Amino acid sequence: MTAATTGVPAEGTATELPRLLPVSGQHQEDWRAHLARHGRLPYRDAPGRLIADVRQAGLTGRGGAAFPVHRKLSAVLDAASERRRSPVVIANGAESEPASDKDATLLWLAPHLVLDGLQLAAEATGADQAILYTHAQRREDVGTRLRQVLAERAAAGSDRVPVELAESPARFLSGQETALINHLGGGPAIPAFMPPRITERGLRGAPTLVQNVETLAHLALVARHGPRWFRQVGTKTEPGSMLCTIRRADGSPRIAEVPMGIPLRDVLGPVSHDGAVLIGGYHGTWAPAEAAVQLTLDNQALSAVGARVGAGVLITLPADRCGLAETARTVRYLALESAGQCGPCLNGLPRIAAALAELAGPRPRRQARADVERWSGLVTGRGACHHPDGTARFVRSALITFAAELDRHARGRCGATNSRPFLPIPGGSARTEEDWL
Amino acid sequence: MNEKLTVNPIECEGHGACAELLPELITLDEWGYPIIDDRPVPPFLERDARAAISACPTLALRLLRA
Repeated sequence: MTAATTGVPAEGTATELPRLLPVSGQHQEDWRAHLARHGRLPYRDAPGRLIADVRQAGLTGRGGAAFPVHRKLSAVLDAASERRRSPVVIANGAESEPASDKDATLLWLAPHLVLDGLQLAAEATGADQAILYTHAQRREDVGTRLRQVLAERAAAGSDRVPVELAESPARFLSGQETALINHLGGGPAIPAFMPPRITERGLRGAPTLVQNVETLAHLALVARHGPRWFRQVGTKTEPGSMLCTIRRADGSPRIAEVPMGIPLRDVLGPVSHDGAVLIGGYHGTWAPAEAAVQLTLDNQALSAVGARVGAGVLITLPADRCGLAETARTVRYLALESAGQCGPCLNGLPRIAAALAELAGPRPRRQARADVERWSGLVTGRGACHHPDGTARFVRSALITFAAELDRHARGRCGATNSRPFLPIPGGSARTEEDWL
Repeated sequence: MNEKLTVNPIECEGHGACAELLPELITLDEWGYPIIDDRPVPPFLERDARAAISACPTLALRLLRA
């Protein structure tokens, strides 16, 4: 569990934050506390009725892709009626991005809000099956806690669709939608290439809705308070709030619920003038801290530095660390997390990782940098999933942001005084197929 | 025909037959995997495109409506 949980106060906004997380910080919301704060589930008593509210709210997926939620809901509802097959709804809490902890924190502190959202999404699509997919191994007690929570709901008679708990393997790609469907269907959690859209044919052929757990929590509140309330925070084009995992250079990670469009300066705190910030996690973008603090936390603004909000990971690199060394170590991890299915990813990522390790060392060959640049271009857009693309984006942004450090290394120097790893990397890469199950 | 070539990267094992039969639209990267020009296949290359598709040992190459 990430240490401090805070809502950054949203001064001057009509609605107070946090909306999703408990106001009291670390305190877990049980069924009674949840009911006292949010009230009962506002079922609409027919499929489809919630979708217009979700569309007007402008709610987008909070798992990283920011896809409009109403479009997925409609697609699943339509596929279900066309094919006369009941859909499945899946809450995706795999959160396999190692630097992110917001979904686990939300599930720990406010699980009922997520499960309310799952029930309402089931009703909106006419689903008769619901699954909560989490990375339980990450925290041993999460499974136990969620079973208690489901028992509380059963006792209260709140749920209309039974919820099954499913566990994701500890792989970076486990939360990728097609990997998740493969895994829940009994196979390894590896991506598929252009399957029929899972909203049409997903789990065991059923129309399937997959939504990030935070997205479902927002959905549960949109259903209660309506689209206008939802839009009281955030920007016009990117409304609402979002959970972020913030890792500042000087302290432990924090989870904050912030309005979309909040100045990054307010989130990141003090940064050094030649520092760097990682926006969006390990498929994200390094940016110079000086440029980052001029921006706001929304995709429109972040596009100025080629970044996206993603799943809300914001990391300030400590001034005493080497950005190249951190990037090289992370890319080695990403290369090991390739499912190894596609030639360009299987061949390219380990080579990129090795060349980056060389660049992070003293006096790399001149060719190493050109190799990294060429291979990053070569792997992009050539995988079944976006793993090579995301990795290449991360790598290219490092070459730009750490250009001065590259020059220092070329002269046999390094700007860092601390070689202790900073970015969190899970131990234990996959060795056999078992590790993907 | 308004179709474009696409490769299923999971099926593709880098045999390279496609690049031999259709060098105008398919080249191989340094590991032997095809890099495909995904613009619509021009009429004068349709026959070669179909030959490349048939020659793929893993049936990874396909034409999709552009």
